Amino acid sequence: MRPLDVLRFAWVSLRGYPSRTLLMTVAMAIGVAAVVIFTALGEGARRYVVDQFASLGTNLVIVFPGRSETAGTGPGMFLGQTSRDLTLDDALALTRSRAVLRVAPLAVGSALISFGGRSREAPVIGTTAEWEAIRNMQMAQGSFLPGGDPHAPSPVCVIGATVRDELFGAAPALGQFVRIGDRRFRVIGVLATQGQHMGFNTDEMVIVPVASAQALYNINTLLRILVEARSREELDAAKRDMIRIIRDRHQGELDVTVVTQDAVLATFDRVLTALTLAVGGIAAVSLGVAGILIMNVMLIAVSQRTREIGLLKALGAAPRQIRLLFFGEAVLLSSIGAAAGVVLGLAGNAAIVRVYPVLPAAVPAWAVVAAVTTAVTTGIVFSIMPARRAARLDPVSALSGR
Amino acid sequence: MIGLQRISRVFQVGGQPVHALREITLAVESGEYVSLMGPSGSGKSTLLNIVGLLDRANSGVYRLDGKDVTSLSDEEQARVRREKIGFVFQFFHLVPRLSAAENIELPMALAGISAAERRARALELLNAYGLKDRGGHRPDQLSGGQRQRVAIARATVMRPGILLADEPTGNLDRASGKEVVQILEDLHESGVTLLLVTHDPELGRRAHRQLHMVDGAIAEDRKEEQA
Repeated sequence: MRPLDVLRFAWVSLRGYPSRTLLMTVAMAIGVAAVVIFTALGEGARRYVVDQFASLGTNLVIVFPGRSETAGTGPGMFLGQTSRDLTLDDALALTRSRAVLRVAPLAVGSALISFGGRSREAPVIGTTAEWEAIRNMQMAQGSFLPGGDPHAPSPVCVIGATVRDELFGAAPALGQFVRIGDRRFRVIGVLATQGQHMGFNTDEMVIVPVASAQALYNINTLLRILVEARSREELDAAKRDMIRIIRDRHQGELDVTVVTQDAVLATFDRVLTALTLAVGGIAAVSLGVAGILIMNVMLIAVSQRTREIGLLKALGAAPRQIRLLFFGEAVLLSSIGAAAGVVLGLAGNAAIVRVYPVLPAAVPAWAVVAAVTTAVTTGIVFSIMPARRAARLDPVSALSGR
Repeated sequence: MIGLQRISRVFQVGGQPVHALREITLAVESGEYVSLMGPSGSGKSTLLNIVGLLDRANSGVYRLDGKDVTSLSDEEQARVRREKIGFVFQFFHLVPRLSAAENIELPMALAGISAAERRARALELLNAYGLKDRGGHRPDQLSGGQRQRVAIARATVMRPGILLADEPTGNLDRASGKEVVQILEDLHESGVTLLLVTHDPELGRRAHRQLHMVDGAIAEDRKEEQA
């Protein structure tokens, strides 16, 4: 029997029981759509995080103060753990490494910024001129913090786009004095709108020289140090040098954590890919359920069509052909369901993108292929039993309707 | 052509063996017109099913065209059925979803014949059996006689040498029954071997050879010289 004839026969059979076919198609479509939408969400989350890291700048190494380690019994118990803070001099010392291109110290706090009658609570970042290049910041107006001795405080600040809009409205901001905490700063630049960056919205930030921030909060420590290596190949060398430099400066104790952005990114990437797979896998369970429904429906079809199967045998259909006809029906059923599911999934994804434009939800091609393959495979696998049962029917009793 | 040797068929009914056929030996030559008669349960349908390879004998040898077909696999028997044997049933057994023409095309589709040739041959038979404008109708839109004519067209579309009919007029009124018998006898005239199971003695007597079965055995085998 020709494949086209098998499909045609299966199609006519499916059309013969429209409500049954429709319900099965819906079940299969929901399963496939679930896989497509869930993986799109997972993929969206992954892309979101990856984009965030990418916008941080490349070849980035981050130094945090403190280090997780386990203290044993003995002297350590009595001495206790002393964790050294990172200082501005630590940051500047890192530039001694030949693999290091730029270093930006980071002191972060929160303060009230006010101009005229308006005031606003904003995160204040204390850093140096290098930060602009490391974080790939774009300026809308004016210029970023000037270079010079990082130890010297200077009453200038750069504000985010939102801060500018809130405090100044349509009035010019450049050159104006604002009050941050209990000090006065002159606005020398406005950042271009950039949106979210790792939970920090640069549009809402105020940036001041690191020494000014330390004076503002009366601290001499840093939250972290951002370091840019000369090239991707020199990341490891930079990391080694930095550990050596900090260890030397901290009396031989390594009490900082040095993380390359690549490592963080790779970890997030792995975690989120695993999450996507897990969510997709859970959704795929519904495809298994749809498969069992197909089996159930096909078994009913076999008993409904006992006479027809007997007749086909009398007309010379070999057992193999009978199996093929029922396979064809299951394959057609699951293919139509899968196709409907893909359409439904893509539509769902489009709706998500519309409602949450921030999340770059996208249907990965592999998810579509996997969902459709799983659907059609379950259709085939679960039709094996009904098809074999049909092929084994005794034609004499099948024809007599017993 | 059809050679049965000591064919037996035993059914298990409620744990009791029931001998539907007892060592039947029968030879039917090519082109014969044979009727099988006898009371219900005498084994005539079972014999027809065994000749049509729908059922397997428990013992004995069945030779078709000199070839032993008893030992063939299911797939090979299906092939023999497809190429050499046509069935006509009392209850027509048309596929309700398919049109008359599609029902006639079914055996050709199973044999893998191209759609164009199938359509041509189905049309030819529809014309021959007076169903010219009924090709697109589904079985439930046809009368009993028309349905049986479609069924005969389907049974003969592969041009089998043997036509097996189980009570072909049992479900028809007199007029339709006569038409159907006429078609069957015309087919016999053209050289087809015709085996007919019937309750109707009048129909049975039309055959040139009449077999009477009782309790799974052939009680009487009467041949008439053709007039």
